[in-house]
Amino acid sequence: MNHMTGTTTTTSLISIDGVSRRFGDVTALDSVSLDIRQGEFFALLGPSGCGKTTLLRILAGFEEPDTGSVRLDGADLLAVPAHRRPVNLMFQSYALFPHMSVEKNVAYGLEREKLPREEIRKRVSEVLETVGLAAHARRRPHQLSGGQRQRVALARAIVKRPRLLLLDEPLSALDKKVRAEMQLELKRLQHEVGITFVVVTHDQEEAMSLADRIAVMQGGRVEQLDAPVALYDRPRTPFVADFIGANNLFPGTVTAKGLEAGGLGVLPAPADLAADFPVGARALLAVRPERVRLGAGELRGTVVDVSFYGGTSHVALSVPGHEGHVLVATQGPARVETGAEVQLGWNAADASLIPVSERGDRSV
Amino acid sequence: MTSPPVVRKAVARVVTLGPGFGFLTVFLLVPLALVLSYTVFRRGRFGGIVYQPTGENFTRLADPLYLDVVAGSVKIAALTTVLALLLGYPTAYMIARLPGRWRVIALVAVVLPFWTNFLIRTYAWIVLLNSQGPVNSALKALGLGPVELLYTDGAIVAGLLYAYLPLMILPLYSAIERLDPQLREASANLGARPARTFWSVTLPLSLPGVLTGCVFVFVPSLGNFVIPELLGGGRRIMVGNLIRDQFLKARDYPFGSVLALAVIAVLVLLLFAQAWASRRAGRDAS
Ligand SMILES: Nc1ncnc2c1ncn2[C@@H]1O[C@H](COP(=O)(O)OP(=O)(O)OP(=O)(O)O)[C@@H](O)[C@H]1O
Ligand SMILES: [Mg+2]
Repeated sequence: MNHMTGTTTTTSLISIDGVSRRFGDVTALDSVSLDIRQGEFFALLGPSGCGKTTLLRILAGFEEPDTGSVRLDGADLLAVPAHRRPVNLMFQSYALFPHMSVEKNVAYGLEREKLPREEIRKRVSEVLETVGLAAHARRRPHQLSGGQRQRVALARAIVKRPRLLLLDEPLSALDKKVRAEMQLELKRLQHEVGITFVVVTHDQEEAMSLADRIAVMQGGRVEQLDAPVALYDRPRTPFVADFIGANNLFPGTVTAKGLEAGGLGVLPAPADLAADFPVGARALLAVRPERVRLGAGELRGTVVDVSFYGGTSHVALSVPGHEGHVLVATQGPARVETGAEVQLGWNAADASLIPVSERGDRSV
Repeated sequence: MTSPPVVRKAVARVVTLGPGFGFLTVFLLVPLALVLSYTVFRRGRFGGIVYQPTGENFTRLADPLYLDVVAGSVKIAALTTVLALLLGYPTAYMIARLPGRWRVIALVAVVLPFWTNFLIRTYAWIVLLNSQGPVNSALKALGLGPVELLYTDGAIVAGLLYAYLPLMILPLYSAIERLDPQLREASANLGARPARTFWSVTLPLSLPGVLTGCVFVFVPSLGNFVIPELLGGGRRIMVGNLIRDQFLKARDYPFGSVLALAVIAVLVLLLFAQAWASRRAGRDAS
């Protein structure tokens, strides 16, 4: 479908423009603008309280933005009452109907579409099979475990096959194996049925592996919206650099040769970004632990900790002039020992430079 | 000095439960036992009890005369309950959805009548409904009256409804207020119109409150004897009147006790039914 033609993937299904929402003196959403493309798997990532649920609730119609617009296929979505939107939300708290059995819960949405009884029965049993709860169809929610309830909530949302599926932490209560199965199932629904997904997750790996694009939110704002690889390799704000994966961050001033980082001297920084960073600008240099080399380089540090994780090892070094430790990830067992003095460095192209705003809100 | 934990626990129980149980034993269980024992003896010629066992107090209950009274009382109490539910549910629903401060004000307004004397409030209805009262004056002015309002079954139902409506609203309010608003949202999200959400989600989940409210209104309506006398003008005899008359006028304690026992039995059955249904619904809700 869309992923084959390539061009249609850029059609936007949902356009969110300048949406803000305040609760008393809490700004849950602060002028959020983003487009969600037809057929894509869109992930929302961010710390607790950053406004993810509020954004989904606005899309589902339970919350009205104070300002801004939301369009679906170009038409004003905010004017459509919640029960008429082609949008299904899986609630973070599940919100299962306690007085209905599992199958009644799942059938509820299909019954509202006035589908033939036979088709409802078939689709309910199919989706219960999919989430592995066929044997529990007659149970009430209170007779299920937390992970089983979460799968009922998921089944209830996906069985409707809406244009847009909003999933608020859909897999957080599942163990690793079931979670992997459900991830595959979501991917299948995206590709075979062509449903567009917006998924909130706390799990970065999940977002990275599933999503076509990820919006990182903080304090009600979208910090960065990018494909997973770009987000990882080229964080645009200090917050994203720190929030996504592990990172070594060095504040400093841009010079012709790199980043002048206080007592550390000049650190290697990518040259191709020079246009964005005039000499003398304040910036943050970010370099991933797996990009740091041990044994050669501009810096000298003392190994304070070595941990072996099977495939990789993590080394923490204390470098004079740098707050906190510099983290290094190496393949296989580390060849250094605690207490050793080593040199370290990285290729200029492996680091990224991040502008530090004049307001000085390096909220790292 | 230190006593074993078992003893201390027992002492703690006696101290905490003792006074309450003692009070109930003396002032509830003893009179109840007395009433129970009266049912199997004969009445004395001038009131009082003759301790000769007999079953005829119970067989008298089947007399059509008394069955009519019971049926009429049940009809009036049931009508009152249904009307209280129909009026009380929307009220409780609206109160539960008010913002916090207004909610408190509305709840206070609901219980406010309880702060004035019950008899005075009932007399107010006589003033309101009599043939020269404001209601009839208004009807006359409109060319619709006068209509006989006072001393009818309608007046009794109105009086009972007025007296016991708060007992319907309060449990309904507490049941509706407890409902997770996300359940209504989930229902809408799955495509249900507001009316469908009400029938399929809100109403079934507030059923424990409905049952409690119905029992709270039905039981005292059945037993009330002041309102039928004042607003019904004594034309309609309800179970409450009958019991009162057996004890105070006919001085037939044994038959009065049988009637009282019958009302208590109905009450207990209703409470059991209500507890059972609430437990079912409550188990679902947890
Ligand atoms: N109905 C409400 N009334 C008052 N404040 C609210 C309300 N809903 C959300 N908030 C506030 O808005 C902010 C954003 O909340 P939201 O639920 O969107 O966060 P979230 O990103 O989903 O967090 P989490 O990851 O913990 O679920 C929070 O500070 C929250 O306290
Ligand atoms: Mg949330």
